[in-house]
Amino acid sequence: MSTPSTNPLTAGTSRLIPLNHALPWIIAAVALVLLPVIFDSRSALTIMNQMAITIVFALAYNMLLGQGGMLSFGHAVYMGLGGFFSMHVMNWMSVDPWLPLPVLPIFGGLFGLLFAFLIGWFSTRRAGTTFAMISLGVGQLVASLSIIIVIFFGGEEGISGNRTEMLPFFGLDFGQQIEVYYLTAVWLLIAALGMFLYSRTPMGRLANAVRDNEERAEFLGYSQRNVRWISFCASGFFAGIAGALFAINFEILTEENLNLATSGTILLVTFLGGVGFFIGPIIGAIVFTLLQTVLSLHTDIWALYVGILFVATVMFFPFGLTGLLALHVLPWKLGKIGYLAKPYAKMIVPALALVLSAAAVLEILFHVRHAGRGENEMTIYWTTFDSHSPLPLILGIVVAVVSAYALAKLAPGLKAAWDEATTMREAGQ
Amino acid sequence: MSLFIVNILDGLVTGLLLFMLCSGLTLIFSMMGVLNFAHASFYMLGAYFAYQISLFAGFWVGLIVAPIIVGVMGALIERYGLRRVHQYGHVPELIFTFGLALLIEEFVQFFWGRQQVPYNPPAALDFTAFAIAGNTFPAYKVFMIFMAIGLFLVLLYILTRTRIGMTIQAALSYPETVQNLGHNVPMVFMGVFGVGTAMAGLAGVIAGPVMGTFPGMAFTLGAIVFVCIVVGGLGSLWGALVASLLIGWIQTFAASYNLRMEDLLVWLGFEKPMLMWESAWQDLWTLTLPQVGPILPYLLMVIVLVVRPQGLFGKRET
Repeated sequence: MSTPSTNPLTAGTSRLIPLNHALPWIIAAVALVLLPVIFDSRSALTIMNQMAITIVFALAYNMLLGQGGMLSFGHAVYMGLGGFFSMHVMNWMSVDPWLPLPVLPIFGGLFGLLFAFLIGWFSTRRAGTTFAMISLGVGQLVASLSIIIVIFFGGEEGISGNRTEMLPFFGLDFGQQIEVYYLTAVWLLIAALGMFLYSRTPMGRLANAVRDNEERAEFLGYSQRNVRWISFCASGFFAGIAGALFAINFEILTEENLNLATSGTILLVTFLGGVGFFIGPIIGAIVFTLLQTVLSLHTDIWALYVGILFVATVMFFPFGLTGLLALHVLPWKLGKIGYLAKPYAKMIVPALALVLSAAAVLEILFHVRHAGRGENEMTIYWTTFDSHSPLPLILGIVVAVVSAYALAKLAPGLKAAWDEATTMREAGQ
Repeated sequence: MSLFIVNILDGLVTGLLLFMLCSGLTLIFSMMGVLNFAHASFYMLGAYFAYQISLFAGFWVGLIVAPIIVGVMGALIERYGLRRVHQYGHVPELIFTFGLALLIEEFVQFFWGRQQVPYNPPAALDFTAFAIAGNTFPAYKVFMIFMAIGLFLVLLYILTRTRIGMTIQAALSYPETVQNLGHNVPMVFMGVFGVGTAMAGLAGVIAGPVMGTFPGMAFTLGAIVFVCIVVGGLGSLWGALVASLLIGWIQTFAASYNLRMEDLLVWLGFEKPMLMWESAWQDLWTLTLPQVGPILPYLLMVIVLVVRPQGLFGKRET
């Protein structure tokens, strides 16, 4: 894993961008081009668009939480404001079209940047709890204001527009969903690359320094407040871009785009993916969108499952899904990843049994509490039974307890295999 | 004038209710340095548990039992959840309590549904205590005022006059020293967390019948509670009291006096636009005080933070 520039003989002659740095981006671009060819249904395109928007927003959010150490409970404000402003631009353009749709995210970003600049002036003076509380208050303030200021936010019904009425872009009017997909995908790449490069600038590194030790950064001559303020502005800019993409895709914005629920969701998405890695929010956004779509098709209590998953992540895997994957890099490099295969294979059956039976218990309880009178029949896992009879419930609890016990029994084996796989020495020595 | 007195009393009810939450939250914050985002969720759990108990055993049993259940839950969550997350730092702790708030809301919807449940004041208190020139004041609100003040006095007595209170106060400032003197400081933390959440639960039990018992009640009140804490100054008990009462009165008065921006603007000499719906300032002209009431606490918070970042009674910037 040596980059060309570490060798003094070839340092000056190395290419501007080493291939192994550009490769993930090229793969991502190819994947974005090919995805709609594989999944070409209308609903798949909608899900992919939603995923792309969530990725941009989550990456922008992680500029604060992961790179700057600032926990915000009101970041939906900047995405929402960017979206609302883009919607107004879209509506002005439909009267007198002189700009094409693909430039719209720039307006959203600039508007998000403007408000991040204004609000960041007083909110970034302190990090930690104070910053979190201010962001919550400002978020609530803007969400409540959106009901009152009808002329900009459209009151309770929000504002809507029509994306096809802007200036045609090389003959495209973006009436087709696939055209919108490619527009969103291009902006996703631009925004993600922009945020990645930003994190590699001295400014991005300073944000890390202030996150880890603000006092020391201050003693080195950098104003912690200004560093946070600039990170906040940059994050607001990219959140605004996400808002504009939302406006383009859904053509309507309401109070819901600004409120605490949306801000909380993006925190959940980012943390689930892993805040310590650039790719974390991307994985989080993909997994969350898939979970949301798939689970909400099958169960009414999907939000409960997501909540349980979130709390479990915070308690047991504070580095998120990406952190979990990153743990396996060391055994992989040592060539010992095979050591883990056997304990994993042993544990997968009880783990699946635990998850499925616990979900079944919850579903039965939910059915008992909320089904209409006389509707005692329910179907889960292709089995139909009477939800009010105690047998299925007891069966579910027993399976859950037994599999949990089996997991607890198997855990020391995994730990031993893990220790073996992460040490340098050869097996058998 | 009579409306004014009724509003003073109504605002006092809201303010004292807020303070029942703020006091527990402040104690927990000064002790562990973590703001418990789920504090208002325990308030909601108190209301729901009391409702469930009142179905079987009546209101008064719920008043005693529900806060105890909530307090035990809070202590267990501190012991097995928060203490585990504590090692990762303050931001993950805050995220944990936020996740907990989401989870508790989902659980409440899981068991009791999305609609408001019919949790009502007990029949014994369902009468009008007094009326001032036609404005009635229910006996239940008098009961709420006395409950809140009583709780505050008990808390004050325990904290300042008893040995346990001394230990708690000492553990706030010098946890290591107190530990070395032989006190079980983690146990004290767990106890304070449990008592704090039990107080939130009690607030929920007595507020549920008046403010409504529905799944959104935690986030509705929770945001205001945080505003009180920040305005009063993080960690200051007196600041929390003043801010709670202030915000209680602001909200009550804003809701009951229909002052209109239109009158103010005309009085200032501006001309009312002929076609209101074509004016760019339409929202400013149609503004009324009850309409802006809900945002006043947040506005107050932003102003306080800009002018005095440590809060009204805060000693230092945290």
